[in-house]
Amino acid sequence: MRILIRHCGILIILAMVLAASGCATTASSALQSDESAVQLRSMQTRAFDTTDKKKMMQTVLGTMQDLEFVIDKADFMLGSITGTKFFDQAFVQMTVTVRSKGEKQLLVRASAQYGIESIDDPQTYQDFFTALEKAIFLTAQQVD
Amino acid sequence: MRRAGNALKIYLAVMLCAALVGCATSPKGFLQPTEQALKERDLQMRRYETKDEEMIIVSTAGVLQDLGFTLDNSETELGFVAASKRADATSGGQIAAAVIADALGIATAIVGVPCYTNAVSRCDKEQKIKASVITRSTLDGAKTVVRVTFQRIIWDMSGQMTRVETVKEPLIYQKFHDSLSKAIFLEAEQI
Repeated sequence: MRILIRHCGILIILAMVLAASGCATTASSALQSDESAVQLRSMQTRAFDTTDKKKMMQTVLGTMQDLEFVIDKADFMLGSITGTKFFDQAFVQMTVTVRSKGEKQLLVRASAQYGIESIDDPQTYQDFFTALEKAIFLTAQQVD
Repeated sequence: MRRAGNALKIYLAVMLCAALVGCATSPKGFLQPTEQALKERDLQMRRYETKDEEMIIVSTAGVLQDLGFTLDNSETELGFVAASKRADATSGGQIAAAVIADALGIATAIVGVPCYTNAVSRCDKEQKIKASVITRSTLDGAKTVVRVTFQRIIWDMSGQMTRVETVKEPLIYQKFHDSLSKAIFLEAEQI
C-alpha cells in the first residue's frame, strides 16, 4: 500500500504529461487553425511577373521532375499539379497550384507532406521556389 | 537522500514521457535538386523530330498500354500522362536464399538479400510501377521533348510495403523511348 502511495505521484505526473502533450483528438488535426493559415500561406506562396499560365505549369512539372517527383495528377483549368517522391523510404507528396493575381502576375503555391506530416518549414518551400526560379528565369516574389 | 531519489525518479519519468510523445521533426532539404537527379534527366528525356505534340501524346498513351500500363490521369493541355501497373516482384534468387535462411534458422541477411528468419514471408512479392510522362516543345518550337519518370512500390509475401524507390535502371528508360520512337513512326505512317 505504501509503495502504491509513493508511486501515486509519479503516475499522476505521467498521466498529466501524456494528457498535456498528446494530441487532443485525432479528428481535430484534420483541419488547421486559422491563426497559422496566414503564416503558412505566406511561406508557401510566391508571385511571378508573368501571365503565361501554361508555361508556368509546364515549368513546375519540369522542376518537380528534377526533384524526382512522379506526377500523379494535373489539371490546367484548376492550375493544380500533384506529385509523389520518396525520401528515406517515406512518401513526400506535394501539390502546386498556379493562379492569376491581378493582370500581370501569377501566384504559385506549394504545399508538401512528408509521410503524415504537413511541412511548415519555410526553408523547404524556399528550396522549391529557388529551383523553380532557376527554371523559369523569373524572380519569385514574397507575398504578404 | 530518499527524497532526492524520488525526485530523480519523477524527473526521469517526465523526461521519458516527453521523449515518447514529443513530435518527431521531418527532415529538411528534400526539395533541393541533387546532382544525381540532374544527371538522370538525360536518361529520362529524349527529343523527337516533330512539332506535333498531339501525335506524341497519343503515341505515349499507346506505348504505355503496350507496356501493360493502365492510364490513371492525363492533361493533354500540359502534355501530361500518368499510368501505373502492378507486376510480379518475386525473384528466384531471393526466395532460394530465404528458404535456406529459414531452414538454417539464421537471422541474418544472405548476400545482401533482405531476408531474415521467417525470411520467405519477407521476400518481395508484388510491385506497383508508376510512370509519368511530360511532353513539351523545345524553345524554338521545332522539336518535342518527352520526359518519363518511373517509381516502384514493393510489397512482400505477407502484404507489407517494404520498399519505395525511383527507378534508375537506364535499360527501362531506353526501352520506353525506343518503343515510343517506333510508335511515333507507326502513328505517322497511320499503321
